[in-house]
Amino acid sequence: MELNDLYRDVILDHNRRPRNFGVLESADARVEGFNPLCGDRLTVQLKMAGDAIADIRFEGQGCAISTASASLMTEAVKGKSRTDALALFERIHSLLTDDAAPSDELGKLAALSGVREFPARVKCASLCWHTLAAALKAPDPTHLNAVSTETD
Amino acid sequence: MLARLIRGKPLAYLDNGASAQRPTAVIGAVDDYERRHHANIHRGVHTLSQEATGLYEAARDKALAFLHAASRHEIIFVRGTTEAINLVAQSYLRPILKAGDEILITHLEHHANIVPWQLVCEQTGAKLVVAPIDERGEVHAEAVEALMSDRTRLFACAHVSNALGTVLPVRRLMAAAKARGITTLIDGAQAVPHMSVDVQDLGCDFYAFSGHKLFGPTGIGILYGRESLLERMPPWQGGGDMILTVTFRKTTYNTLPYKFEAGTPNISGAIGLGAAIDYLSALDREGAHAHEHALLLYASETLGKIERLRIIGTARDKASLVSFVVEGVHPHDLGTILDEDGIAVRTGHHCAMPVMEHFKVPATARASFAFYNTFEEIDRLSAGIRRARSIFA
Repeated sequence: MELNDLYRDVILDHNRRPRNFGVLESADARVEGFNPLCGDRLTVQLKMAGDAIADIRFEGQGCAISTASASLMTEAVKGKSRTDALALFERIHSLLTDDAAPSDELGKLAALSGVREFPARVKCASLCWHTLAAALKAPDPTHLNAVSTETD
Repeated sequence: MLARLIRGKPLAYLDNGASAQRPTAVIGAVDDYERRHHANIHRGVHTLSQEATGLYEAARDKALAFLHAASRHEIIFVRGTTEAINLVAQSYLRPILKAGDEILITHLEHHANIVPWQLVCEQTGAKLVVAPIDERGEVHAEAVEALMSDRTRLFACAHVSNALGTVLPVRRLMAAAKARGITTLIDGAQAVPHMSVDVQDLGCDFYAFSGHKLFGPTGIGILYGRESLLERMPPWQGGGDMILTVTFRKTTYNTLPYKFEAGTPNISGAIGLGAAIDYLSALDREGAHAHEHALLLYASETLGKIERLRIIGTARDKASLVSFVVEGVHPHDLGTILDEDGIAVRTGHHCAMPVMEHFKVPATARASFAFYNTFEEIDRLSAGIRRARSIFA
């Protein structure tokens, strides 16, 4: 268990320069995610085109893991269909919690696999994904309560 | 414990504010009880029961002396500070509170000294009033006194802030409340490890602390309450031991302190707490406090030298803890990196979200010192912070 398993270059880069960070004007969905244990807080905003995610941004303040995970997530799901994005959420959830080696098709997201050696940080990495999933699954994503890591 | 290696490095335990480590004397006392003296207390006529009862009640006497309370009737064993405050909220305050009455607390309280009062406000229609803190994290007595009104039924405050280290001007605050006939409660969880507490001198009506912050076991704490108040309060929990007689027509309650101790208590916890108090009494407490103060000064100075590190909580009178934020490194990440160096600090909101909001930070890292910490550990902390900063640069 080495620190550079957790803070890989990809993670540090996406924390330093988070992609798709900021406000999304005229978003179809805005959902807030919050980890009450540590104070990580972010808002995921989506613009849909039919069933596909046309644009996605996030805002908020949190630790490097939560920020990097959100940045990587927005890059990975942009353009994906609702179903494909949710399938990716399930794969990331497994990646963070079980033992299997990450598959190549995850690309840069595989960098998150280091988090599972640091159980206290798993919720940091999964916060944005849970928030995204809530936005995608909700019939009316404009009136969603904040997603908390403590209510699953 | 202090000799343990964490990730191959010697442990630097700087999280005493969350919980302290136990001396072998405390572990030994608990172990001895479990091996040779355990039985249920108060009800048995056999030898073991009498031994266990003797040890448990001796711990109560130690707590009495420790706080300089007037009588055993005023020392209630509870699970911890949180339960103590809930007990006062529900058993003292709720029966007398009317809609529009006020409960006064300060902005720097731990959630344990906020939420029980919020609950009782919801239940009764009373209002929670919050005295401000300044940019140093200090509580000014005048500002608190200005909020004491003729509707204030209770004033509750920390003795020492867990998030900031601020030592509150409790003597003056207690006097001000008393002059206005306002009942008082002090959350002493962070104070008792670092200073002598005399409830007669402080003049408070209730005082609460936890065993595990005082080098004792978890699951045990003390509520001190003025006998005249406890006498009039209805029971907190019902069950065995807090009764004198039970029939389905009517039940009569036991005398103090047992009225507030329903069911089989945390006997080993109480005995461990007693042993912790003994250990501290045998220690040169003046010397220990002086060392802690030296650690505080050294930590403030050493951390103060790190660029773009801001210490949160700079009151002139502080207990030995330093809360801080480092620009560009979230406390959570800092904590993980320090853990790799074998250093334990706490990161997050420290159960004091209003404090975090006041200082406009999502979280801080907190190093909290006990008398067994060393200057070298502070040097290691400083080096660890610099290392974290370079990873994120």
